[in-house]
Amino acid sequence: MTVTAEPRTLTFREAFREGLREALAGDDRVFLMGEDVGRYGGCFAVSQGLLEEFGEERVRDTPLSESAFVGAGIGAALGGALPIVEIMTVNFAMLALDQIVNNAATLRHMSGGQLSVPLVVRIPTGPGRQLAAQHSHTLEGWFAHVPGLRVVAPATLEDARGMLATALADPDPVLVFEQIGSYGVRGELAADPGPVDLDRAAVRRAGSDVTVVAYGGTLAPALDAAAELATGDLSAEVVDLRTLRPLDTATVLESVARTHRLLVVDNAWRTGGPGAEIVARVAEEALDELDAPVERIGAVEVPVPYARQLEEAALPSVGRIVEAARRAVA
Amino acid sequence: MSGTGARDLFTTMLRIRRFEERCVELYSAGAIRGFLHLCVGEEAVAAGVLAALSAEDAVVSTYREHGHALARGVPMESLLAEMFGRVTGCSRGRGGSMHLFDASRRFYGGNAIVAGGIPVAVGLALADRLRARPRVTACLFGDGAVAEGEFHESLNLAALWHLPVVFCCENNRYAMGTALARSHAETDLALRAGSYGVRSWAVDGMDAVAVREATALAVDTARAGGGPCFLELRTYRFRAHSMYDADRYRDRAEVEAWRLRDPVELLAADLTADGLLDDAGRKELEEAVGREIDEAERAAEAAPVEPVEDLTRFVTTTMDPEVAR
Ligand SMILES: Cc1ncc(C[n+]2csc(CCOP(=O)(O)OP(=O)(O)O)c2C)c(N)n1
Ligand SMILES: [Mg+2]
Repeated sequence: MTVTAEPRTLTFREAFREGLREALAGDDRVFLMGEDVGRYGGCFAVSQGLLEEFGEERVRDTPLSESAFVGAGIGAALGGALPIVEIMTVNFAMLALDQIVNNAATLRHMSGGQLSVPLVVRIPTGPGRQLAAQHSHTLEGWFAHVPGLRVVAPATLEDARGMLATALADPDPVLVFEQIGSYGVRGELAADPGPVDLDRAAVRRAGSDVTVVAYGGTLAPALDAAAELATGDLSAEVVDLRTLRPLDTATVLESVARTHRLLVVDNAWRTGGPGAEIVARVAEEALDELDAPVERIGAVEVPVPYARQLEEAALPSVGRIVEAARRAVA
Repeated sequence: MSGTGARDLFTTMLRIRRFEERCVELYSAGAIRGFLHLCVGEEAVAAGVLAALSAEDAVVSTYREHGHALARGVPMESLLAEMFGRVTGCSRGRGGSMHLFDASRRFYGGNAIVAGGIPVAVGLALADRLRARPRVTACLFGDGAVAEGEFHESLNLAALWHLPVVFCCENNRYAMGTALARSHAETDLALRAGSYGVRSWAVDGMDAVAVREATALAVDTARAGGGPCFLELRTYRFRAHSMYDADRYRDRAEVEAWRLRDPVELLAADLTADGLLDDAGRKELEEAVGREIDEAERAAEAAPVEPVEDLTRFVTTTMDPEVAR
């Protein structure tokens, strides 16, 4: 246990690693498996040192077999273990879609409540590193579409460190989408951050003129945009969804009831993306609260290109968020 | 094998055969809906494989799993109730014929995705390995599954980690309408499985005693830490792939030739030759099985359905607020 009296600065990578180490140390049913999680130390060095600390049985390097090792995680969970499976990045998760969608999500229901799949799948994600189309996918919305799964997106240090423990305590499968771009980001963590929930969205910045809904990779740019808007006397409230399924609509509606304007930002393509779901729910339940048309920012509908200027043009940015917020209140 | 052992196998096979025949009638009558895949002709595999397992072992199966469930001891009444969509069904009417589950018997279903259960079986065995429990997981699947990537990934993983899985391939020579040689470049499936370093061999899947003995050897090997085994159980389905299938792709003569090796009658002949079964004994057994099926059908028919208000139960433990809406 890493408990210190003072707040401390650390990176997201370290926060995720702390979560992993505490999970492995705290319960011997927990084990970690995935491609290069052991000897290599994790593709993004998140699990560095864990093999040495916990040994080969509990930190397992797998072959390049996404379907088999995610399915094996499901089976191990059925068999009483608490597996943490890492899929190297979301881009390779398609090879495990069958296991996630057809088994993890369905077994409790199809068995009439007899079976439980207490599995955690960690999925690093996030575009914006000039890696071209096949390595820049944003697909958490696909998974959030599926009943039977819980989908979370830690975007603060508290959540990076704490969501894993809560996810492991959940008797159902939880997919944790970690932002690759955040791993190296440093910030301050409270001395005793305590446990975090996986149910509620959080207002990360209070404001009165417009509600900006973001999560995961768009939280940081949304907060930067809110800071910039504040210099122009526009007060933006930033809601971090935290969990995409089940979606905490109430927190969004409460915020919209205060600001009467809505801007939704995510990295996914707009068509059928998570942002569309947020807008639909506000339209269903709080249309009367809106004083202006909803603004929605997503990726431009193109496979994410390699060249810097093209990639930047394809993705949400602080500048685009600022412009959209201004339009919303105009 | 002892006389009682062979006689038990025969009883199991007869229960499966007559159960499947009743399912045909119930399907035609509209009592069973959805997809229905029968294992008539493959009873020796179900009886032989399952007889070699102990109660602590786990079973992962496919959509053609009525026989496996029956041989595992899942009550007939809960199987029929499931197919009738009743709340007393082994999956509370949420699975149907293709998704029979019984956690208390470590029967992990009933998977309708070809090869989809194979990685799960590997994981069940991994959990046992991590806990040093001397249990084995038997995974049943068809010849068609051997063409899927999930099969190959799973065999490699189980062999690499030395896991106690017995892979039981029910090679009935067809994947729906596609004959083995029309989808596999190498049709010797045991040979291919062996390439992963998995002990693999082919077995006469029409001979229940041979299936039971081969499975027992594989189970003993896996349980003793010898790693996974693969059994290619060579069998044949006497009926169409499913109730929807007009069965236009098989030669009548081929089907008739296989019917001459009906696994139920082969074992009956052996038992008779050994003085373990006579006409009176057979008749008695047939009647007992008939009564069991009648009673199961009556009970299933009388059972209630789950109220629609409970539609969103068993999705997640903490109910999605929007699902509950
Ligand atoms: C992944 C997948 N692809 C296709 C199907 C449709 N399908 C259902 S059964 C089947 C044939 C499978 O043959 P085999 O594995 O030999 O099993 P058998 O039906 O002969 O018992 C097919 C193609 C499916 N259910 N799953
Ligand atoms: Mg087949």
